[in-house]
Amino acid sequence: MEAYISLFVKAVFIENLALSFFLGMCTFLAVSKKISTAMGLGIAVMVVQTLTVPANNFIYQTLLKEDALAWIGITGVDLSFLSLLSCIGMIAAIVQILEMILDKFFPALYQALGIFLPLITVNCAILAGSLFMIERDYNFGESVVYGIGSGFGWALAITVMAGVREKLKYSDIPAALQGLGITFITAGLMSLGFMAFSGIQL
Amino acid sequence: MDKETKKVLFEPLVDNNPITLQVLGVCSALAVTSQMSTSLIMALALTSVTACSSAAISAVRQHTPSSIRIIVQMIIIASLVIVVDQLLKAFAFDVSKKLSVFVGLIITNCIVMGRAEAYAMKNPPLQSFVDGIGNGLGYSLILVIVAFFRETLGSGKLLGIDVLPLVKDGGWYVPNGMMLLPPSAFFIIGLIIWAFRTWKPKQVEHNEFKIMSIAHGEGGHH
Repeated sequence: MEAYISLFVKAVFIENLALSFFLGMCTFLAVSKKISTAMGLGIAVMVVQTLTVPANNFIYQTLLKEDALAWIGITGVDLSFLSLLSCIGMIAAIVQILEMILDKFFPALYQALGIFLPLITVNCAILAGSLFMIERDYNFGESVVYGIGSGFGWALAITVMAGVREKLKYSDIPAALQGLGITFITAGLMSLGFMAFSGIQL
Repeated sequence: MDKETKKVLFEPLVDNNPITLQVLGVCSALAVTSQMSTSLIMALALTSVTACSSAAISAVRQHTPSSIRIIVQMIIIASLVIVVDQLLKAFAFDVSKKLSVFVGLIITNCIVMGRAEAYAMKNPPLQSFVDGIGNGLGYSLILVIVAFFRETLGSGKLLGIDVLPLVKDGGWYVPNGMMLLPPSAFFIIGLIIWAFRTWKPKQVEHNEFKIMSIAHGEGGHH
């Protein structure tokens, strides 16, 4: 249990996908103008991340990993080079299914999150979550915790960023730095703040 | 080289840079730039993937129904990325270890998808190839600039060769440790954007509203 908690804290703060690995930056910068939309996107990312990381983990551990096919009697086969293709396929499929389920059973939620779902397929944070899981060879339990943690960390980062940007509207910024430029610098400062967590030993 | 090709090839460098203006592909641009060698490899990998995928997607564009085009694009891009990944693992294993997941992330790099959607779906293969190279170069330019500052100021080296002699080796330069940490990349790109937009004022984004100054008690009649 303790190991899971420390993995969660690590995924949320120390290895924050947005602020220490710069993942999902395109959407992070583009959709962080308002707190409400940012929070919607953050929640959507968290949900998708929670589903895709364990799903990819299951596929990787039972089909693709070296000697993983031993359970049907095939040994010495290493299909891990296919993991990129299977990960992105899985993500696209889950996003599509999620979209259809939400549309059918939770129309209100679909209204709120619907526009963000297609964006998520090409969000690097989602793919990176799965690839980090493969690189670090997490087992199924760890992958569930990592999925929730990394998604939550990303959601937290984009919500905080949107909060800062809403206030930033009232400041007098040099013309050439307005918009994207100052957003980068703000993200840099936030990232510095998150670096403070890296001293924590777990 | 005719004028059109030149425009397609060089416009993305400054006038329509994918990172500073289109805000595409920022994700991996930042994480790999603490060393010049990794950024050069990354730039090369991305440029070749963008160029080849644009050409391939453009070649099949008339046979792809638009309802499944995203999946077709994804599969073409993912296959090319697997090739690049395997090549790197075979011939440059150290660099591939350092780049870790970021080679795989070329799949979701918005530049590749963005160019496929915006350009390759409407133009013939050869032009799309050139457009891919052009946008790859625009990305590479930013990567190289950021890596140059981060590696020289952060560790006093460039491509592993000493440029600024460090204090601990008897030189004069005290390395700026922050340059090796992730936040510095944000600052450097922010400053690059500032420089680019001062040079090309038409790229400036305008605020939705102006700040009125309340000077001398007049209440904003300026």
